[in-house]
Amino acid sequence: MDKLNNQILLNHLVEKFGDQIQNIGEPHGLLTIETSKDSIIEVLQYLKQDAYLKMNFLTDITAVHYPNQPKAFAVVYHVHAMVYNVRLRIKVFIDGENPSIPTATTVYNGANWMERETYDFFGIQFEGHPDLRRILNMDELDVFPMRREYPLEDPNRIDKKDFYFGR
Amino acid sequence: MSETITKISSNKPIYVDDDPQDELITLNIGPTHPATHGVFQNVVQMDGERIVSGVSTIGYIHRAFEKIAEHRPFYQITPLTDRLNYCSSPINNMGWHMTVEKLLNIEIPKRVQYMRVIVMELARIADHIICNGILGVDTGAFSGFLYVMQEREFIYEIYEEICGARLTTNIGRIGGFERDFNEVAFAKIEEFLKRFPPVLKEFEEMFTRNRIFIERTSGVAAVTPEEALSYSWSGPILRATGIDYDVRIVDPYCSYEEFDFEIPVGTNGDVYDRFMVRNEEMWQSLRIIEQALEKISKEPKGVFHADVPEFYLPPKEQVYTNMEALIFHFKIVMGEWDTPQSEVYHAVEGANGELGFYLIHDGGRTPYRLHFRRPSFINYQMFAPMSSGMLLSDAILNMSSLNVIAGELDA
Repeated sequence: MDKLNNQILLNHLVEKFGDQIQNIGEPHGLLTIETSKDSIIEVLQYLKQDAYLKMNFLTDITAVHYPNQPKAFAVVYHVHAMVYNVRLRIKVFIDGENPSIPTATTVYNGANWMERETYDFFGIQFEGHPDLRRILNMDELDVFPMRREYPLEDPNRIDKKDFYFGR
Repeated sequence: MSETITKISSNKPIYVDDDPQDELITLNIGPTHPATHGVFQNVVQMDGERIVSGVSTIGYIHRAFEKIAEHRPFYQITPLTDRLNYCSSPINNMGWHMTVEKLLNIEIPKRVQYMRVIVMELARIADHIICNGILGVDTGAFSGFLYVMQEREFIYEIYEEICGARLTTNIGRIGGFERDFNEVAFAKIEEFLKRFPPVLKEFEEMFTRNRIFIERTSGVAAVTPEEALSYSWSGPILRATGIDYDVRIVDPYCSYEEFDFEIPVGTNGDVYDRFMVRNEEMWQSLRIIEQALEKISKEPKGVFHADVPEFYLPPKEQVYTNMEALIFHFKIVMGEWDTPQSEVYHAVEGANGELGFYLIHDGGRTPYRLHFRRPSFINYQMFAPMSSGMLLSDAILNMSSLNVIAGELDA
């Protein structure tokens, strides 16, 4: 078998999952694909358990908030095939109201705290997570602070508005 | 009201049956327990000396860096990265600079890359000194810690010579360094290469064949490679289980591919192996620094940043006399740079493992989203599950050998 590269990896995924996989691109050499909420766990399982791909390392899980899009949250997974040194970024866009996605803890143990952190900051429900509690913020907090609608500074401040800088 | 009472009464010791021998004790380790070496809490259920189960609570020094970063231009994010792993802040600084340079496609001159390698390897040594020294303290050997601490002090003096700061260094700028290493800095680095090996050797001799140390650490908290991988471990603790994953080798940055060094790996994944891996990494770092100094001497002198006037601040004296310099200065400070829309994941080998920066940029003045992949955070999640069944004193050693730095844990 050839050494894995982005093209072979993409071909494998498309062959297996068909139109469930959309290729977003290769920003700075890192293959980025998009998949749906329903198939993300299957994709991760396939990547980890396939005898050839061996993507055994979950590097990171995080989320991004795009308030102006119909699907307002992107959950971003980074996985890594250490044997071939190929990384893959998987994005799943989910609805902004009551965002939820199946948990990846069934595939990778390490997903536990990464998902708790994502829940803590974005309020994304990871269905089936064994212990979905806040992790870095205090338990009494009733907002999800990394959402774009929560300002960092006093929203009434106007001295930093672009207007004053001629923009 | 009744709920509060049940809450309080549930803190009473739980009696499994009438036999007082079976009584479990709830013990709070932390948030400010001296043995945790940082601000985080573990509530453990103890059966005598053994831990039955534990719950980790973290977040005591959470400072919302990811949120702050969404409101700061790139160069103002560097001081935030200082405060992640504050035992080796130069690695974080360099990792961040390289992430931005990758986004902006800035080519860095070789000499600057070697200078960065020196700074990063010094930081790695400083971090491993702390971790291994503290591990010694926790096994009851205080003097080793004091011997090597002096050398960390010397590394801080080198930082001071390079950038003026000691702990939260803010070394370098996007595109290179803010100034060249001066003569004193080079002299001190060379002096460090001479004075550190005997100290490290002495430190090694105190521990590696020390029977008490071996019996306290060998076989403690042993982790299999499969477990370590499934918990996304990285860094020295992963290598201690026998997996030779090092970002410096697999994804070389800063010309690490030109250097001749080895990746030490362990076999058992226990506390002793982690100690040995860190120890050997310090020797390898010394080798790297030596090679970097040699490579620098072959490069043209005086180059300390890339030639990218649109991203790198012009020298101050020119700003006051030269119109172009003033324009560039103003544009950079006001964040009027022309930046591409893209996303970057860049990882460096931090002292604790893979330190990743995931940057999504929409072309504005600030990142749209910046996420830190913090090795301490990800490594630490296995601590509570792996502690059950362990002696309390072993769990403390385990915690020290994971080298959990509260700043990196909580971001």
